[in-house]
Parts: sequence; C-alpha cells; structure tokens
Amino acid sequence: MDAMLHISTLHYLVLGAALFLLGVIGVLTRRNVVIVLMSIELILNAVNLNLVALSRYWQGMPARLGGGAQALHGQVFAIFVITDAAAEAAVGLGILIAFFRNKETVNVDEVNLLKW
Amino acid sequence: MLFLDHIYLIPLLPAFGAAMMFFFGRRVQKATVSAVCVGVVVLAFIMACGAVLQYTTWADANHHQPYQKILYTWLGTETGHFNFLTKDGSQAVFQADAGFLLDPLSSIWLLFVTGVGMLIHIYSIGYMGHEGGYYRFFGYLNLFMFAMLTLVLANNYVLMFVGWEGVGLCSYLLIGFYFHRKSASDAANKAFIVNRIGDAGFILGMFFIAWYFGSLRYTNVIAAARSGHFQIGDPIITAATLLLFVGACGKSAQLPLYVWLPDAMEGPTPVSALIHAATMVTAGVYMVARSNALFLLAPTSMKTVAIVGALTAIFAASIGLVQNDIKRVLAYSTVSQLGYMFLALGVGAFAAGVFHVFTHSFFKALLFLGAGAVIHSMSGEQDMRNMGDLAHRIPITYRTMLVATLAIAGIPPFAGFFSKDEILWQAWTREGTAYHILWFIGYATALMTAFYMFRLIYLTFFGKPRMSHEVEHHIHECPHSMAVPLLILAVCSLSAGWLSWPPSLGGSARFEKFLDPVFAPEAQVLQEEGKAAQLAAGEREAEHTSPSEYLLMFLSVAAAGVGWFMARRSYENADKGFTEPIQAISPPVYNTLLNKYYVDEAYDYAFTGRRKIGDVRLGVMGLGEASSWFDANVVDGAVNAAGWITRLTATISKWWDTWIIDGVGVNGPAILARMLSYPARLFEWGLVQWYALVMTAGLVGFVFYYVYH
Repeated sequence: MDAMLHISTLHYLVLGAALFLLGVIGVLTRRNVVIVLMSIELILNAVNLNLVALSRYWQGMPARLGGGAQALHGQVFAIFVITDAAAEAAVGLGILIAFFRNKETVNVDEVNLLKW
Repeated sequence: MLFLDHIYLIPLLPAFGAAMMFFFGRRVQKATVSAVCVGVVVLAFIMACGAVLQYTTWADANHHQPYQKILYTWLGTETGHFNFLTKDGSQAVFQADAGFLLDPLSSIWLLFVTGVGMLIHIYSIGYMGHEGGYYRFFGYLNLFMFAMLTLVLANNYVLMFVGWEGVGLCSYLLIGFYFHRKSASDAANKAFIVNRIGDAGFILGMFFIAWYFGSLRYTNVIAAARSGHFQIGDPIITAATLLLFVGACGKSAQLPLYVWLPDAMEGPTPVSALIHAATMVTAGVYMVARSNALFLLAPTSMKTVAIVGALTAIFAASIGLVQNDIKRVLAYSTVSQLGYMFLALGVGAFAAGVFHVFTHSFFKALLFLGAGAVIHSMSGEQDMRNMGDLAHRIPITYRTMLVATLAIAGIPPFAGFFSKDEILWQAWTREGTAYHILWFIGYATALMTAFYMFRLIYLTFFGKPRMSHEVEHHIHECPHSMAVPLLILAVCSLSAGWLSWPPSLGGSARFEKFLDPVFAPEAQVLQEEGKAAQLAAGEREAEHTSPSEYLLMFLSVAAAGVGWFMARRSYENADKGFTEPIQAISPPVYNTLLNKYYVDEAYDYAFTGRRKIGDVRLGVMGLGEASSWFDANVVDGAVNAAGWITRLTATISKWWDTWIIDGVGVNGPAILARMLSYPARLFEWGLVQWYALVMTAGLVGFVFYYVYH
C-alpha cells in the first residue's frame, strides 16, 4: 500500500503530459475561441506542473550538484508562467472582444484573414 | 573770352530746355513753356554772338586758327582698344572728343542757326498757341537746336554724326507731330528711312577717313589732306568723299534721296521753316564745305557734287512750277536752292555756296513763316487755288513775303541776287564746256525760280478771292509774336546779301574774306590742279571786273524779270478754275510735273515694293517677302525637321522604355514572382488552427526524429 500511495515525480510528469495533450487537442479541435483560450491555459498549467515537479525532484538531489532546499528555480518560474498566463488571457480576451464586435462570432473557422 | 571758353553752353542750353520739357512740360503753363524754351534759345543766340565776336579778335592774334575747346575724350583712349594701323602703316588712334570747334565756317552756321532758330521759336508762340502738345512741340524744337548746334560746333566727324542723327530724330518727331494723321506719320517714317540711306554713306565715309588719315578730328584730317602726301584723285579719298556726299544727299535732299523733303511739309509750318528750309537741310552743305580739303583731292567727287546739285536744282524747280500746295512749292524751292548750293560747292566756289546757305536761311525761313501766316489766316487752307486777293487783307504778311520772293528770285539789291549771282559766275568761270552746261542749268533754274515764286505770290495775294465765304470772313492778320519775326527776317532778307557786295560793284566781298581761313588754301589746290579759274585773291579782283561778269549779272536779273513777267501775265487775274499756262501748252508735261515725274511711284515699285508688278514684288518689301518665305520654308523647315527627328527619337525611346526596360527588366521579374507565388499561396488559407496543427505536427515530427534517431 505504501508503495502504491507514493507519488513519484514520474506521476507528475505523466499527468503533465496528459494535460498538455488535452490542451493541444482542445486548441486544435475546438471552434469556440473561449474554449481555445481555456485549452491554452491547460497547456500552460501542464508546463507549470512539470516545472514544479522537477523543482521538487531537484530539491532531493545533493547540493553539490545544484540541488537542495535552495533549488527553487522551477517553482519561481512557475509563478512567472502563471502571471504570463493571466496577461495572455487578458490580451486574448481583449482581441476576442474586438473580433466579436466586428464579426459577431467567436468561431475560429471564420477568422481566416491570416493569409497572403 | 567768357563766351568762347564756355562755348559748350551754346548747345547745352537748348538741351536743358528740352530736358525741362521732357520732365516737367506736361505740368506747367503754356507761358512757362514759352519762357523756358524761347529763353534758352535767346540765351544761346546771345552766347553765339558773343562767342563769334570774341573769336574774331582771338583769331587775329592766332593766325586765324580754328578755336578748339575739348571737354573730354568721348570715344577711345590714347592706349585703348581702338588703336589701329592706317593704310600707310602708321599708328593711329580711333578717338573722338566731346570737343567744340569754332572757325569762320561754323561761326556762320552758329549765327544763323541760333538767330533764325530764335525768331522761329518766337513765331511758334503765336502759331502753335491754339494747338495741343504745346510743350511737346517746344521740347522737340529745343532738342533740335541742341542737335543742330552739336552738329555745327563738333570738332570731329563722330560728334558731328551725333548731331546729324539728332537732327534726323527731331525731324522725324516734328514731321510726325500730328501723329494721329496717317499721312503725317507716313511722311515722318519716309524722312527717317530715306535719311538712313544717306547716314549709311556718312558712316562708311567716316570709316574710310579714319582708316586713311588716322584721325577723325577736322584739324588733323584737313592738315593731313593739305600736307601734299596724297595724290589728287586718290581712289580712297574719292570713295570717302562720295560716301560723305551720299550722306549729304540724304540730309540735304538731293537727287535721288530728295523725296522725303516735300512730304516733310506734313509737319507744323514753323518746323518746315526751321528744320526743312533754313537749318537742318543745310547740314549736308556744311559737311561738304567742312570736308573741302578732302573733296579737292577728289575731282571726281567734286564733279559729282556739281552735277547732282545742278540736276537737283532744275529738277525740283520744274516740279515746283505746277504744285498747288503753298508749302510744297516752297519745299521744292528748298530742294532746288540746296541744289544750287551743291552746284557751288562742286565747282569749287565754297564761299559762294556757304553764302547762299546764309542768305537762303533768311529768305526761305521768311517764306515758310509767311506761308504759315497765310495758312493761319486762311483757317488751315494750304491750296493756293483756294486763295487769292489777300494782299490788302494781311498786308504785313504780304509785304514780308514779297521781300523774300524778290530775294529768292534774285532781284538786286535783295540777298538772293548776290549769292545766286556769285554761284552762277563761279560756275561760268570754270573752264570746260561741262561747266558752261552747269551754268546754263543754273540759269534756267533761276528763271523757273522767279516764275514759281511769283506764281505763288500772285495766286496767294492777287487775283480774285477764291476761298469760301466762311474762310474769307475769318481772314485776319497774324499776332505780333508772328509778325515781329517776319519783319526781322524781311530786313535780313533784304540786307544779308550786302555782306558780300561783289568787288565788281564797288564792294569788298567781306563775307568771302571772312571765310578765307577755311577755304583759301583750297584756291591754291585748284590752281595747282590747273583746271580752275584763278581764284586767288589778287586774280579775283581782275576776274570780277571783266565785262562778262556784268553781262551775266544782267542776264540773271533779266531771267528773274522774265519769270516775274510770265507769272504776272498768267496769274494776275486768276479766278476760280483758272488755267495753268503749262497745262494749256502741253497737258502731258503738266501732268508729269504735277505728279512729280512719278518718282514716288517709281520708288514704290522699285525700292519699297508697295506695288506689285504682276505677281512680283520688288524692293524692300519684295526682299521682306522673300525673307519671309525663306524663314517660313527653309529656316522653319529646318526647325521643324529637327523637331520631327526629336519626336521620332522620343517615340522610339518611349517604346524601348515601355516594353524593354519596364516590360522585361522591371515588370518581368515581378510577373515571374507572382506566377511562382500561386502554388505557394495554396498552403495558406487563413485558419489559425490549421497553422497550429502544422506547427504541432512539425514539433511532434522533430521530437520523434530526435528520440528515435
């Protein structure tokens, strides 16, 4: 049971990969821009999970290799990514509103101006 | 020596008057205009008298040298660009001074130009009083006085030419004074253009003189001509003098350039009197007399002068016989008398010619002013056929004109007798049949002169009144400002001849002695030539007392008397529709004379080309048409051809630019790029998610590649 209850770094990475995959599928398949943005949040958070998990993994490593209690880079970086995600959501939603005002739709297939 | 030192003021005073009129004339009163313009001429006359008086005393102390006053060098410098080699290789300088020369010859011109000019200025106050452009008239008159005095007082040919052109300009301006009248402006143009021909001769003659003698100053030229270095009959001197004479022909209205003078009568009458009778037209005589030293070296030129003079005299006199316009009669009379003067110069009787200029200036000015008074009283009528019976209505005019007529007809003791008789006598005494023919021409002219002048008198002042009642009612004697000059000129016309009372009649020929310093050396040359009569002072006495001279005198007086008698018989009782005696004898002759020998028409055909012969236009206008054709077809054709070639080149160039440079060079790559772009575009259809899918696929591809490679 103990072994079963032990959650290793690998679990985190698998979960992160699953979340990332879900996010990518969402971005590529959903037509509603809001869902697409939400999927991007998923991708970012999957990355955050990886960063935090690997940071924790590094804390268990010996200090001479750069590990130890002080190895917090990954966690700090995750906070930056969260901030970035918020900003990106704000900009994305701003573009979405501007777009909606013009086209009265939030459907991505109808946004096809980005071509020659 | 006050006047002599300031001799330059004599021409400058009228110039000042003219400048005043030019700048302020329009704004001032007529009285001011008269005061300024007449004032400066009166001052000039006083200065001229003073200068001549002082010159006579000065000359006695200075070997009768000409007095020269050189203000500054006007053209050329001692070392300037105008240096050149004369024909004999010596260094000469083309130099002209603003310099004035006074000698007996210029003294005489100076005196009568200022004197007669002054009287005519005074006369004009009355005559022009009712006319518009009063200040303009007086400004031109003053300008004329300036130019004429410059001409007379210049000490070199170039400055003389300045005056020469100046009087020509003023003549033009004054003939065209009534410029709103087409005939007047035409006459002005004619005078100006005909004079240009003469002036061209003058300029060329001047060039010859400068080249041959190395100077244009009279004193230098005359000294060189008298030095004996030059042969008599030297071809260059002959050419130069002939060219100068062409100039004289233009200005002094000799054949064949006389045609402008009769037309010049379109100007106001005082102008006709001053410019076209008394002063300006004698400029040619002055120039020839001034160049006497040169002319004596060219016997051919002398003969030309004499022959042209004599022919002009009889030609113009014969036209004058039948003219009906009172001023035209006088105009032809002037041409005829100028012919006399040139006849005198041509036979070497320079002093006699100058003397005739002198006396002629008085009686011809008087005749014109009298004619002006007649026209004035006749309300502008100039046709003698519409006059008659004026003698007792305008007695002053009649009496003064009669004096002038007696003078010009050569009745002693009036002025014309002495001068004309002297000329005929001098022509007679030159040896050779040719000179006797010239004498006879002159003699016949004297007869004609008497006839046409008394014809004028009888038609104007006697016979039945032929004017309309309205005109008759307005006849009035002229105002004092016109009468006084008439009276003064009448006194001069009577007495001017006495200055040269011939020795044969107990006189002393003072006038000729006064001119001796200018002409005496020429008598020597004439003697050496061997063809001349003995003209030296000692011989002259003997010649003059010969019985043939008395005979000639008697003959001239008889001719004048016959002319008078014939005129009296023909015109004494002329009524409306009177018959001309010449017309009665031979209508074709009469018509030829009345139409002035058709010279104007001939000139129109031959020289001006105003009339066509068939389709051909000769003369200047023909030349103009030929030039116009040449310009339109050859010159413009060449221009158009050049333009056409340019356009062709431009078209080719444009085609090359459009199709080769722009088409192949610039648009070609662009088209290529566009064509290549079509397949590339197919990858891009604008769906964000598609792009994202491709990116993802690429990413996945790379990952797989690196993981499983």
